[in-house]
Amino acid sequence: MEEEILRQAMQVAEAAEVYWVSFQETPVSFEANRLKYLTTRQSSGVALRVIVNGRIGHSATNHREDMAALVSRAVEVAQFGPEAHFELPGPQTYPSVEAYDPQTEAFPVDAMVELGQGLIDGVRAHAPDLQCEAGVAKETLTLHIINSRGSQAEYHKSVFSASLWGTLVQDTDMLFVGDGETLCQPMTDGLVIIERVLRQLELAQRTATVSSGALPVIFTPRGVRSALVAPLYAAFSGRVVLQGASPLGGRLGETVFSPHLTLWDDPTLPLSPGGRPFDDEGIPTQRTPLVAAGAVANFLYDLQTAGLAGTRSTGSARRSLGGLPSPSVSTLIVDEGEATFPDMVADMKEGLVIEDLMGASQGNVLGGDFGGNVLLGYKVEAGTIVGRVKDTMVAGNVYKVLSSLRGIGQEARWVGGHLRTPALYGDSISVSTKS
Amino acid sequence: MIREEIEQALKGHDADYVELRLEEGETTRLSYRGRELEDIGRNASRGGNARALMKGGWGFVSFNDLSNLRDKVALAVSHARRVGKEESRLAQIAPTVETVPAEVKKDPLLIPLAEKKRLLDEYNEILWSSPRLQTSSISYSDGRRRTVFANSEGAYIEQSRVDVVARLAAVARDGDVVEQAGLSLGSQGDYAVIEGLHQQVKELGQQAVTLLSAPQVKRGEYTVILDPVLAGVFIHEAFGHLSEADFLYENPKLQEVLVLGRTFGQPHLNVVDGAAVPGLRGSYHYDDEGVPATRTYLIREGVLVGRLHSRETAAKMEEPPTGNARAVDYRFPPIVRMTNTFIETGTATLQDMMAEIPEGLYVKNWFGGTTSIEMFTFSAGEAYMIRNGKIAEPLRGVVLTGNVFTTLANIDAIGNDLDMNQGGGCGKGGQAPLPVSNGSPHIRIRNCLVGGR
Repeated sequence: MEEEILRQAMQVAEAAEVYWVSFQETPVSFEANRLKYLTTRQSSGVALRVIVNGRIGHSATNHREDMAALVSRAVEVAQFGPEAHFELPGPQTYPSVEAYDPQTEAFPVDAMVELGQGLIDGVRAHAPDLQCEAGVAKETLTLHIINSRGSQAEYHKSVFSASLWGTLVQDTDMLFVGDGETLCQPMTDGLVIIERVLRQLELAQRTATVSSGALPVIFTPRGVRSALVAPLYAAFSGRVVLQGASPLGGRLGETVFSPHLTLWDDPTLPLSPGGRPFDDEGIPTQRTPLVAAGAVANFLYDLQTAGLAGTRSTGSARRSLGGLPSPSVSTLIVDEGEATFPDMVADMKEGLVIEDLMGASQGNVLGGDFGGNVLLGYKVEAGTIVGRVKDTMVAGNVYKVLSSLRGIGQEARWVGGHLRTPALYGDSISVSTKS
Repeated sequence: MIREEIEQALKGHDADYVELRLEEGETTRLSYRGRELEDIGRNASRGGNARALMKGGWGFVSFNDLSNLRDKVALAVSHARRVGKEESRLAQIAPTVETVPAEVKKDPLLIPLAEKKRLLDEYNEILWSSPRLQTSSISYSDGRRRTVFANSEGAYIEQSRVDVVARLAAVARDGDVVEQAGLSLGSQGDYAVIEGLHQQVKELGQQAVTLLSAPQVKRGEYTVILDPVLAGVFIHEAFGHLSEADFLYENPKLQEVLVLGRTFGQPHLNVVDGAAVPGLRGSYHYDDEGVPATRTYLIREGVLVGRLHSRETAAKMEEPPTGNARAVDYRFPPIVRMTNTFIETGTATLQDMMAEIPEGLYVKNWFGGTTSIEMFTFSAGEAYMIRNGKIAEPLRGVVLTGNVFTTLANIDAIGNDLDMNQGGGCGKGGQAPLPVSNGSPHIRIRNCLVGGR
């Protein structure tokens, strides 16, 4: 079918590419401590990108009878499309990136139910008042790209995830705890998630009030994701750099961050949910340093943005079926540092540990600003965590925080399958508390 | 799709309830980054789902391939049977058979692509005429969708809608400081709402540049006046989500907190949600469970009087169904969602509200917002100091936060100028963006916590 679309497109186009994706997902979900929904989700679809008279056209569909119309829509759109600044790739050699584990697809639904119920029971054994939601899901994906220069690329991917979210209500006081794991292979048990959630409950047992002012803050790995990464995703996109909207644009080689900070985009890691042998245009993926010992090392490009910037694609194209590709981070890796978590806590006279910041990226993300309400976080007093904070807001700028880090944790963990980071210990972040 | 085939596929399953929802649609999109057109395309899609309820457990199956519908229903039934161990409860609804055509004024689907591009090119030119602009973005999309819903109780409802949305943003930069200003618009069925915006687009470019030199707001508690756009987001985030019964129907402790009759605000506060309010982005005739749309008071004279339901949450809480079960598309089951949510108009004028403030903030326009039931946070697109009752210097980086239980009671003035914002989309449970609208008159909140330097 893809070959036929390509053939039809090439009767009118100079170049054409067919992107086909098929996806099956089986989530089981628990509400109010018990099993509620069992779902099977199946979808597949095809997108056609053409170049006609040097301009790009695009169309997508998910039903077979629409194929002829697909070609004519893509060609119609190309009259108005952006000018193409690239050539599609010919046949390529791809790195071997393991992203599929057959055990995921074969994992029985009953075992998924058991895993989910085990998460809930494991936490509620220690916190019977906690009202829990849990989810366990498996998915498999097949992606296939062919183009008019003879490139043929295909991979399979499997993803398995499990998560637990709990709410504790005492009159109008609400505590939200939770954690999860996303992997390519099935999880055998949920112990690691249970332990993390129990630890959150333990630290949150008491409440504490933090002073308003500029305070040191430890961002746990989940805190890093909720507060700090969204601006970086934007800033390293070659597209944002080209527009001149990245604060890092024009600063390659410059030490913008703490000299202890090193960041990578690494889609080549085996069995990581963000891993893939080639990007969404059929370009081989690679491990790209983004920040090397504090210095801006690279930006990420797809074919079109690389063409505009006069450089090569970094294999970073990402697209949904319905849209043209755009460069983006696949898997962000923050290198570990030297500090232990207890050391960082012990270092603070008064400060905060942020586990989850709500609404952090609603501000000026391009400029690096973050600000939001601490959904889960703890006060540190004289080197000890004394309780969770409430009615507390923080506001800061990612570039300021990451240029003056007081410490980087020595233990990194995965957060959600696309980010692996240690805790980051920032200096002097604005904290506001309701008096 | 043949009605007979759908009805046959639903018959004779060993389940308490089954339904099928099928849809087909098409979309057109154009987007610009900077001076260049970046993305353009036209997509078509088709898909459906089967949902089954057995002993209180749900099975759900979604698919693109519309053949063998009966097998898909059977799979949903087998899923539901695996889940259910209790009792199925759904609020009683008279099954409807009806066809609801799209409500269209100036149909975006009849406007040639060349004409859409010409209009957006004009807007982009205007944006780029403002000095110190670093970049801009414009995204436009329109689409139509036709949905067929049928269930084992005999409902068969076909509904169509046409949507158009546009978002424009100007980004200005001075050294390390990058600021942006945005404008979001939308309509159900009327392309005219995105026409004739030339003056507003011009102001957008100037606004981003003004923000560059604006100081960061100083953190603290302020008396804050919210414009209708931001007050609409506020009521959606801070209170609307609390009204969605799905998060409390199985949580007795939360039900105690949110018991009907509890006082949330002063007697001037009235909050409404309803898809039966006509002509807005969140308007429809039937929700995705075939329940007729309503207009529901959530707060009346400061007191909690109602909430938003699916058939299941209504039955379990023994409250009337409100027709608020919505799915963003065929890949998802319907969940309890808002439609058109607003604070009803009051009596104060903006001038009066401001005159009484020696030092405070006037915040306008939406940048984002989110909620965790108890706490909310949202950010202003534009903000000014109020000094001695008058608008003074512009500020940037204003993020407001608070606890809903205290903040609603701190609304001490409600304006006489209700306005609905149609440019937003709501996200919940992985389902986004769902077309909604929200609105309010200007409102004044005392002791509102503002984060900043």
